[in-house]
Amino acid sequence: MTVVLNQLFTGISIGAVLLLIALGLSLTFGQMGVINMAHGEFIMAGAYTVYVLQQVITGAGWSLLIALPVAFAIAGLMGVLLEFLLIRRLYARPLDTLLVTWGVALILQQVARDVFGAPNVQTRAPEFLTGSVTLFGDLVISSSRLFILALSLVAVAALTVVLKTTSLGRRIRAVVQNRDLAAVSGLATGRVDRLTFFIGSGLAGIAGVALTLIGPIGPTMGTNIIVNAFLVVVVGGIGQLKGTVIVAFVLGILQSMVEYTTTVSVASVIVFVAIVAFLQWRPQGLFTLRTRSLA
Amino acid sequence: MFRIDGRRTAAILASIATFAALTACGAKTTDDAAPAAGAAIDTAGDTVKVGLLNSLSGTMAISEVTVRDSLQLAIEEINAAGGVLGKKIQAVSEDGASDWPTFAEKSQKLISEDKVAAVFGCWTSASRKAVKPVFEKNKSLLFYPVQYEGLEQSPYIFYTGATTNQQIVPGLDYLKAQGKTSVYLVGSDYVFPRTANKIIKAYAEANGMKVLGEDYAPLGSTEFSTIVNKVKASGASAVFNTLNGDSNVAFFKEYKSAGLTAEGMPVVSVSIAEEEVKSIGTQYLAGQLTAWNYYQTTEGAANEKFVAAYKKKYGADKPTSDPMEAAYVSVYLWKAMVEKAGSFDVEKVKGAADGITFDAPEGKVTVDGATQHISKTARIGKIGDDGLIKEVWNSGQPIKPDPYLKGYSWAGGLA
Repeated sequence: MTVVLNQLFTGISIGAVLLLIALGLSLTFGQMGVINMAHGEFIMAGAYTVYVLQQVITGAGWSLLIALPVAFAIAGLMGVLLEFLLIRRLYARPLDTLLVTWGVALILQQVARDVFGAPNVQTRAPEFLTGSVTLFGDLVISSSRLFILALSLVAVAALTVVLKTTSLGRRIRAVVQNRDLAAVSGLATGRVDRLTFFIGSGLAGIAGVALTLIGPIGPTMGTNIIVNAFLVVVVGGIGQLKGTVIVAFVLGILQSMVEYTTTVSVASVIVFVAIVAFLQWRPQGLFTLRTRSLA
Repeated sequence: MFRIDGRRTAAILASIATFAALTACGAKTTDDAAPAAGAAIDTAGDTVKVGLLNSLSGTMAISEVTVRDSLQLAIEEINAAGGVLGKKIQAVSEDGASDWPTFAEKSQKLISEDKVAAVFGCWTSASRKAVKPVFEKNKSLLFYPVQYEGLEQSPYIFYTGATTNQQIVPGLDYLKAQGKTSVYLVGSDYVFPRTANKIIKAYAEANGMKVLGEDYAPLGSTEFSTIVNKVKASGASAVFNTLNGDSNVAFFKEYKSAGLTAEGMPVVSVSIAEEEVKSIGTQYLAGQLTAWNYYQTTEGAANEKFVAAYKKKYGADKPTSDPMEAAYVSVYLWKAMVEKAGSFDVEKVKGAADGITFDAPEGKVTVDGATQHISKTARIGKIGDDGLIKEVWNSGQPIKPDPYLKGYSWAGGLA
């Protein structure tokens, strides 16, 4: 029983990581329809933010907490810059967007390599995040995973509040649901796009901060996670936040449960097969946004 | 607005992933136009050329550049002391670009265009396997400086890194001597860890050690929570780690946060040297064990000289590691063979190889002419808070190389 509970929590924590890396993408890709291959490099920028801040601020705990808003701002600004310089010229050409942002991703990787060096860099985790918490019996949960879970839930909650209750959220939803109607109603769709991109990319920065606790920090870390992030958004359904949340946790739990009884490779294969089968059944993803637009 | 079809997007993503995978291991074959006669060596003039074949770009560059640096250090030192047979060594450096077919092409170029006397380099077993036929066909020499999985003996390759009986077997002997009765095996999913683990399982069976589990993660995998859970649940008394690259970072972070410690369940790693310790973080590694033949802290005048020379040339913050040392030694061994043979001719150099000794930074090494490997002292080290590795045990004397483990009765079914 403990094994099942342990794996269940492991699955939830894998899901939390997936959720964090996919959350920003569910805005930029899911809501706006931009295939941004450089999203992984925004995550990398967030991770390097922790590294740079730790050179200045010596307390590992403080530097991590300060890194959260700083990384959000840095990655968000990178996103706005990308949107302003390149993506807004390519809104009608998704395939070109894919290639252009892939190129931007490669450029950003090389910049990281030139600035920080090709080898991975190390960051210090604060003491309170390196241990583990015993819930009951043998059920031991690592505190860094618990932190990431909490962070992802806070991020989802904050994003939901912004989208559902603020005027910015209403504008974002209006533009997503019917761009032309939003434009003739007097919304500056270009500005809304830029803001959406800021938030989506900023969330990637936050994911990067969280990843420093569990994985390597290097120039290629973005490419390792970008495909998983896209998968979560695609399976979750375009334009729907709740689909992303549910799918992230389901895939995480599926992966951890299968992996415990088989091997990593077999588990990955089974998860992929499940995704392919699911998309055959529901090509539009778990949830879809019903609109009256003709697009 | 355009509609996004999940199936189509997934297909695009899948093809990108496949494309990336294909370019990484493209299956180009090398041309067979080269003559089968013995390699022509250009010894005209007062220089002799040697080839340095390392990945200076791509994913392996991090490690292989350090090997190239220490090869150049050795060449400079030899030239400053008068060269080889009165000729100065001229190094021709080629970039293998972390791409195995490129290694084969570049080695062919070094042999037939530059007419080098010998080539030094390669790191991964995959690159060695790719160039092996080129050196055998052209009857030219390669010096390979990295520990590997054994079970190989090419007549045109000299292996100056450890084979399994000089690294993995002593690592197991050490665990056994420490009273560890069970191990858990964690490795990356490719030829070296799988071969190494086959050997470990055979050893364990013969020595009353229990192997409580065996898990492989794809190269580059960074999600280790489930594997660490399995390791923890197994209650093994030690872990034998053959993971490579980035995976080590994720594995050790997970290991520590699961509450596992170097005191309770030590991890013995065979792919983590000084350079890797720096990028994983001592916070996660302090107290864990490694098995190698050389550490920066290894005692002796030869090593003091090597470390000082290396830091003077490349910077005080640059650590020296086992593969770098083995590369440095390989140039000196070639020099000694050439001088004993009195010629650069490949067959004569090979003939002179047996019994050549060198006072290496790792201690005295001797070339074994029959296997073309060298005898090396095995050393188990403990990673310290300062990022350096301190020796806690050594084999006392150099261990004779035994790439096919013929001298071990339990290894009968392996080769």
